[in-house]
Amino acid sequence: MSKKNPLTEKPLDYMLFKAKREKQFITGSEAVREAVRRANIDIAISYPITPQSETMHLVGDLFAEGYVPEYFRGENEFAVMSQVAGAAMAGARVFTATCGPGTMRAFEVFPMWSGSRLPVVCSFMTRGINAPLTIQPDTIEMAFLLETGMIMLHCETARDIYDFNLAAFIIAEEKDVHIPVGVFMDGFFVTHTRELVDIITEDVCLPKYNPQAAPVPTIDMETPPARLMRDPFVMKSNFVSYVAHASWQQEVRAAAARSKKHIKKYLGELIEIENPAAPTIIVASGTAVSQAREAIKLAKEENIDVGLIKVKVVRPFPKDEIVAALSKAKKIIIPEFNIAGWLAKEVAAVLPDNGRIVATPRVYGGMTMPPEILLEDIKQAVRKQTQ
Amino acid sequence: MSKRITEMCPALNDAMPTEYRELVENGPWLGDKTVKDLGTFKELLEEHPLCAGCNLALSLKIILSSLPNPADTIIVGSTGCSSLGFMQVGIHNIHSLFGNQNAVATGVKRVLSMRFPDKKKDVVVMAGDGATADIGLDMTIHSWFRGEKITTIMFDNELYANTGGQESGMTPAGRVAYMAPLGKKFPKINLFEIAKTSGCHYAVLLTTANTVRLGACVKKAILLARDVGPTYVQIHTPCPTNLKIPPEESIKVAKDSEKERYAFNEYVSEAAKSFLENTGNKK
Ligand SMILES: Cc1ncc(C[n+]2csc(CCOP(=O)(O)OP(=O)(O)O)c2C)c(N)n1
Ligand SMILES: [Mg+2]
Repeated sequence: MSKKNPLTEKPLDYMLFKAKREKQFITGSEAVREAVRRANIDIAISYPITPQSETMHLVGDLFAEGYVPEYFRGENEFAVMSQVAGAAMAGARVFTATCGPGTMRAFEVFPMWSGSRLPVVCSFMTRGINAPLTIQPDTIEMAFLLETGMIMLHCETARDIYDFNLAAFIIAEEKDVHIPVGVFMDGFFVTHTRELVDIITEDVCLPKYNPQAAPVPTIDMETPPARLMRDPFVMKSNFVSYVAHASWQQEVRAAAARSKKHIKKYLGELIEIENPAAPTIIVASGTAVSQAREAIKLAKEENIDVGLIKVKVVRPFPKDEIVAALSKAKKIIIPEFNIAGWLAKEVAAVLPDNGRIVATPRVYGGMTMPPEILLEDIKQAVRKQTQ
Repeated sequence: MSKRITEMCPALNDAMPTEYRELVENGPWLGDKTVKDLGTFKELLEEHPLCAGCNLALSLKIILSSLPNPADTIIVGSTGCSSLGFMQVGIHNIHSLFGNQNAVATGVKRVLSMRFPDKKKDVVVMAGDGATADIGLDMTIHSWFRGEKITTIMFDNELYANTGGQESGMTPAGRVAYMAPLGKKFPKINLFEIAKTSGCHYAVLLTTANTVRLGACVKKAILLARDVGPTYVQIHTPCPTNLKIPPEESIKVAKDSEKERYAFNEYVSEAAKSFLENTGNKK
């Protein structure tokens, strides 16, 4: 163990809404560090991968400074995510981060986190997936993670990164939730650029995780009567086993659904809506939202009225909110930083009359999304609509 | 530490089988036992799904009677035949995935040491040869490199038993198995030697044939892991089902292997030796 955490514990709502803040010009990676500094975690485990590495170096600094009691580098991402699981099972608040190929290497562990009801917080600095080898920004890994059972928050800005990462621990640990939270941020675009972020300046941190209040028993041999295994071991070929496995999966998804009220309390609505009366609305998440904001300004100059829905929470998917917000839209544009178009598919799956969706522009492999190409797609959609 | 490890649900009390009641009322956690106490308490439910003559089940019984601190012990298992036995024992255990047992154990151990600095909590990994030496090899060895204070026990049935008898890295050269229809082309992995040079302070190679010795070595391995560093126990547990051995002969097969590849072999590091001398725990 290193030095003692010098901060005083305060509840999350105090941290988010009352604590004194000061503007700092920092990167997204530094915003993660500042959130973790005040998150009162017990252990962080790391493995390098661009563009995540910088964040976990900074968390290493927190360890050296005494804000994080335990920190080490594991041997690969599958091992790290398993070590994180063991730490959470033994009653710790844990943090880790990875991205792209690291996410894929660790993949088998993510549904195990959810199934074992582990409130792990993992940041993903999204990046492309091999082959060919790439380190560039791309949100394709989110497409794979949609059905792992974890809560998924997608940050637009460094300010989001700070608030979402801080709130993630408490949301994950709520008694009626207690499942992992993935906090996603677009690699390089937001992790390696600077922005003014309101950072807490008071010497405060989140209350310590209380494993004895967890809805599933902690494996520490202290809390009687303990269940002997964290998850029901159901590898039998009989009806009771099938029902146990089926209902367990349902319960994990129900836990994610129950997180909605906590997310709303701490981070506001699951989607943010601007100009909902506009006939054309852009639906986006992550830094595609920032590009959409720029494109909307350009459209305004040409007297084209465009609204915006920022999707902050990808899981649990804000189905009702999105359907309601799009009830009057004539055209719905969904720009994305990946080839799969997972957000467009998600929206199309819940929307009546989904012929209104224009699933462009879609850039990937590290390409940027200039607002001008978005504007082109807006104009084309509007032209078709008036034809 | 809590001795009330498990409790009967009152509503189900009269419906629970006798052997389960025995596990709750007279389980392995009630004190420091040895192999000689087997039969006086309930360590493993008779209804476990492992096959007749399974040496893995036998070693599990021996291990459960040899834990120095059973009420404060956590077993970290892996997928495979052994995972089928763990729901039937009265000791805390984790099943996570196939092959990640030493990584999970690392996380558990680090956090228990941090949360309970003044208590002795033993983390014992128990997994098959496939889990330990093939799919989980990097995590096995890296936990040794890092000096994690955990005991790794391998149930070596020299094949993938649970999936029907495929070749593993621990299968002896030349043996025909599923996925090695012309016989295994490379020698049995020598994980015992690797353990010695990878940071283990104690490593032992033995079979189920000598139950008292097996129990004593397991106890020693766990005590050394607690205070000195990583330890490794490799037990030959021939699989009657996949090797087509009549159940009553499976211990004999283990015993016979002591004449060749499973000759008893024990490595004790200098640090472990002096620890054992100082604590009078030499045997
Ligand atoms: C990632 C993954 N790959 C493969 C399997 C299939 N599988 C389950 S048990 C097993 C064999 C286990 O062999 P071993 O570790 O030697 O244990 P044994 O059953 O022989 O005791 C395999 C290959 C799995 N469950 N997970
Ligand atoms: Mg095996």
